[in-house]
This record gives sequence, structure tokens and C-alpha cells, in this order.
Amino acid sequence: MSKLEIKDFRVSIGDKPIVKGFNLTINSGEVHAIMGPNGTGKSTLAKAIAGHPDYAVTGGDVLLDGKSVLAMEPDERARAGLFLAFQYPSEIPGVSIANFLRAAVQARMAEGEELDATGYYKRLYSKMDLLKIDRKFTSRSVNEGFSGGEKKRCEILQMAMLEPKFALMDETDSGLDIDALRIVADGVNALRGGQLGIMLITHYQRLLDYIVPDFVHVMYDGRLVKSGDKSLALELEAKGYDWVKQELAAASA
Amino acid sequence: MSVSTPTAAVGAFTREVFEAHLARVKHLPAWWRERKRAAYERFASLPMPRRTDEGWRFSQLGGLSLDGYHLPAAADYDRSGHAELGVPGAGTLLFANNRLAMQEPLSGAAARSGIVFDTLQNALVHHEDLVRTHLLAQPNRLGSAKFAALHEAFIEDGAFVYVPAGVEAALPVGVFHYARGAGAAVFPHTLVIAEERAKVTVADFFRSVPADPTSAQLACGGNDLYAGHGAQITYLAIQDWNRATLSFQFNATVARRDARVLSLNLHAGARQARHESFSQLQAPGAHSEMLALTVAHGTQEFDQRTLQIHQAPSTSSNLLYKNALLDQAKTIFSGLIVVDPDAQKTDAYQSNRNLMLSDDAEAHSLPGLEIQANDVRCTHGATSARIDREQEFYLESRGIRAAQAQELLVFGFFEEVIGKIEHPQLHDRLTEIIREKFRT
Repeated sequence: MSKLEIKDFRVSIGDKPIVKGFNLTINSGEVHAIMGPNGTGKSTLAKAIAGHPDYAVTGGDVLLDGKSVLAMEPDERARAGLFLAFQYPSEIPGVSIANFLRAAVQARMAEGEELDATGYYKRLYSKMDLLKIDRKFTSRSVNEGFSGGEKKRCEILQMAMLEPKFALMDETDSGLDIDALRIVADGVNALRGGQLGIMLITHYQRLLDYIVPDFVHVMYDGRLVKSGDKSLALELEAKGYDWVKQELAAASA
Repeated sequence: MSVSTPTAAVGAFTREVFEAHLARVKHLPAWWRERKRAAYERFASLPMPRRTDEGWRFSQLGGLSLDGYHLPAAADYDRSGHAELGVPGAGTLLFANNRLAMQEPLSGAAARSGIVFDTLQNALVHHEDLVRTHLLAQPNRLGSAKFAALHEAFIEDGAFVYVPAGVEAALPVGVFHYARGAGAAVFPHTLVIAEERAKVTVADFFRSVPADPTSAQLACGGNDLYAGHGAQITYLAIQDWNRATLSFQFNATVARRDARVLSLNLHAGARQARHESFSQLQAPGAHSEMLALTVAHGTQEFDQRTLQIHQAPSTSSNLLYKNALLDQAKTIFSGLIVVDPDAQKTDAYQSNRNLMLSDDAEAHSLPGLEIQANDVRCTHGATSARIDREQEFYLESRGIRAAQAQELLVFGFFEEVIGKIEHPQLHDRLTEIIREKFRT
């Protein structure tokens, strides 16, 4: 069992505070949906946990199995078991998916240990089959010229290959049509449970029809303001985010 | 009244040294002796490049001194340090300090088909007319007349590749030039002649033994690529001299009707390396693909000058030079496309792309066009960019260490060029050498 604890986490971009005291604990096997209006700090939260250099952590801590990750470089955090599924994955011209994933798998092996190429491809192909990704994909450059759906499937493929302890999935549903959404959701559902904990960031309830969360949290103005089970997502869908804002305003009045 | 003339320095290459060189060359037909003498006179009378010479803009002139070198004695080569071409059965010529040290002949079938892969020395005996017609037949037009003359004056031996009409060489051939010992001056040359519809792949490798970066050497080499009607030449050159070496490489490519020449130069070694590449598209349908990759480390300077001349209608050329710069390294690219008045329907492209991996590195680009025809398509461009931070973060977020991420991104940047080498083993060999370079 692993545990990801985000404690009073505060993040700024430049001088502007974006995440303002975020608290959440995720255990292995759990799926936590983070919902909230645009501009409320959801993506910043995910990227800061992954160690993006543009975000300054100004307070709090992120503990993976009791150990702070904040002093670690992004690659160390990844090897420790964090995985960020990007909302807008970068295109890497000239680097094939096979070579890219191979480097990522190799990075997790001990110094001097050789990757077993046959075993690697066998595993890669089985994960690709699971995600209905054509094998020709392996020789294509990472994300270059991919459709929105292909990019997101490629993110899930990486997640499947790297077997993180915790996945931070940033707006995985954005830019997907319903068929692509189904394939991506099937992939995530096949990986969920067991050793994987998921933070699923989304603006829309739609994704949660396909990936049913164990917990739903509402993020507003840089922190969590409401938590519940999957019924909270439905309530949000019915009442809209203004309902949360009004509740907050009433509480602080 | 006296007029002060700029010094026409000869450095270590005095008349006595030249005469000693002539005396040493085994086979020296009269015409070749005369050409070498004329070349020496040109070398001795031409001034060293000056600050005001357009062809040397941005170059560090202080590093061009010819003092302190010598024509080296015969040397063995260190078999343990010699990396093979990586293609089993391919012909090999290996030169150490300008002399043949090892030869693996072509297979019987290749030899029976009329392909000749031999030393220039032997070619001067057995194929004298071909050598006379094609060896250094094109003028130096890119600023190095003095050093090109030095090259011609001091060539002792080199590689001769001849493919007769209609013959396709099944395997590439490999030419290795080793410079051994401090102060050694080497003058490699490769002459490739592909007759009508012939096809051949040639790889030149240039290395110092030992790779000890304190043993300054001088390498002044060249290649002539002549592609006849419908012929195809693929030429790969890997310049990996030690980091104290002053290197010159002069290329002259001639493409006849419907011929295709692809040349790819990897620049990895030397302290200061000047590369001049000159393509002439002489008849309709001719195409020249001019490619280069540079990995510039430390305080290395790579100075690349190119000329694409379209002399006939419906010719095309495509130049793509990609440089990765680290540390305080410096690159210069100066390219010119010339389209003659009757070369209508020319399609010419020229691009220099620089990937800056350090804030202290310096990349200069001087692209140029000179178009005298009115129905042409010519484009040129130069870019310099740093590694994209989002790409870097993306790779690192997958657990890939920063150094490895950088290497992957450099390979990604180079892939567009590396990918043009279709031969799988040569492709792998090239990749391997770049990787080695990147890790040292």
C-alpha cells in the first residue's frame, strides 16, 4: 500500500498565488476526481506535484509514502512513482515512441543493467493491444501529428508501461470525442485498482460516467472546498459551479 | 616605391618539405607532377585569410597558422582502436599518416562487375585518364584557394572508387584515414566516379591516433564526387580528429543529367574545422542533397561554407545543415545558391538549424541567394533555438534523467538528417559515433 499526501500545498506562478493550501490524501487503489471551474488551479496543482520548473512551491508539502518529493528533480519524482498524464502532451520530433519509452524503462533499471529487448517489446505490444493502438505507432515520433485522441492514448500507454504508484491525470478527457473517450477510459479502468492511485482532474462530469471515481472533490480558488462520493459530481452537473460559489459566499458572509 | 604585401606564410610547408614530398611519392606522372608544382606555387604565393575576406567572416583566423606541423613518417595503425565500417564483406582502405596500412579488397563478384576500389597511387598507374579528368577538376570557390592548393600539392595517396555504367555496388566501401603522432600533417583524398546509371555508397572516416587532445595535427583533405547520367552516389564522411587538430575538408560534387548525389558530413572532431562544399548541377534532372550534422563541444569552431550552382534547367538541390552547440563552441554557416540565367525550373533549398545547448555557444548563419533565372523556386532559412523546456520536462516527467533527455532531444533534432542514410548498418554506425561524441 502506498500513500500520497498533499498537505497545505501552496504554489505560485511568478508572484501570483494559484494553489492556496490544498489538502488531500490518496491511497493505492483509489480514484479521486478533482473538479472545478477553469482557472481554479487544477492543472497548476498537477504540474507542481510533478516538479515543473515554472511553478514555485511556496508552502506545504507533498509526501509519497511519508517522504517529501519537493526537493526531488522531476525525473526522480517519476522514478519514485509519480506520473503526470498531460493535458497537452509535448510533441517530440525525431524521437520514436519505442525509443522514448525504452529510455524511460531503462532509467528505472540499475546502472549497467541491460534491458531485455524481447521482453520489452512483448510488454509494449500487449499494452498497445489493450489500448487499441496500432503497432505502427511505435516508430512514429512522440505525439507528432497525433490527433487529440491519439495523444491521450499515448499518455495512457506510457502510464501502463511505467506502472506508477500514483497518476495525476490532467483533463484527460479534453479534446476527445466519445469513441476516443471510451477507449481512454477503458484503458484507465484496466489499470485502476490494485497498486495504482489516481487523481483525475476534470472540468466535466462526462468523464466520470466512464471512469467512476471513489471520491469527488471540488476545487475552487486554489483549494478543496467540497468533498463527497460520485453523487457530488452528479449534483454539480445539475446545479453548476455557481452553486458551489454561492454556498461559499454564504458561508463566509 | 615599395608596396607592402600581406605575408604569404607557408608555415612548416616550405619548398624543401615539398621537394621531399615529391621525392617520396612512388608514382608521379608528369602531368600530376606539374599540377602539384603549380599548386605549391599557388599555395606559397597566396596570402593567409584576412579579416576583411568575406569568405572568412566570423572565422577565427589566429587558429589557421601552419607552423609546427610536419610530414609524418610511416605509421602503423592501432588495430584495437580501429572501428570497422560495420558492414561485413565491404571493401576497406585504411591509411595511416598518408600511406596505405591495410586493405580489404572488394568481393570477387564486385570486382568482376568492373568496380574499382583502390588507392589513388594505383589508380594513377591503372586508370590514369580517369584520375586526370576528375581529380580536383573543380576550382576552389569558397575562400580556401590557399589551403586547397596545399592539399593538392601534398596529396600522397587516397581512395579511388570507380563504378562502371549500369553497375550498382551491392555493398558500401569504407575509407579510414588515421593521423598518428603530434604535429602529423595528413592530406586525405577520396575520388568517386559513378558512370551512367551506376550506384555506389562510400564512407570516409577521419580519426586521430591516439585521440589525445594535446597532440595537435593538421588535416587538409578533400573529395571529388562525380555522378554521370542517372548515377547515384551516397557519400558519408565522419570527421573525428582529436580536439587539437586543425582540419580542412573540401568537397566538389558534379551531378550530370538525372544524377543524384547525397553527401552527409558528420563534424565531431578538431579544434577548428573548415568545411567547404561545392555542388554543381550541370544537366537537367540533376539533384544534390547536401547534409551535415555537427556536435560542437568545448571551444571547438566549425566553419561551413557551401555553394550550390544550378547550371541547367530543372535541377534541384537540398541543403540541410544541423548543428548542436554545447559549452563555448562556435559554428559558422555561410551558404550561397546560384541559379544561372538558363537554369529555369530550378528547385533549391538551403537550411541551417542550430540547437543551442548552452548560453555561451555562438552560431552564425549567413544564407544567400543569387538568382538570374525568373522561373525558379528557391528558399533558404536559418534558425537558432534552445531546447524546448516543455519537451525537456515531458521527458523528465517520465523518469528520464536530464542528461539522457538532452541526448534524446538532440537525436530527435538530428533524426531528419540521420534518417536520410538508408543503409541500416551505416545508419547505426553514424548514430553510435554521435552518441559516443555526446558522452565524452
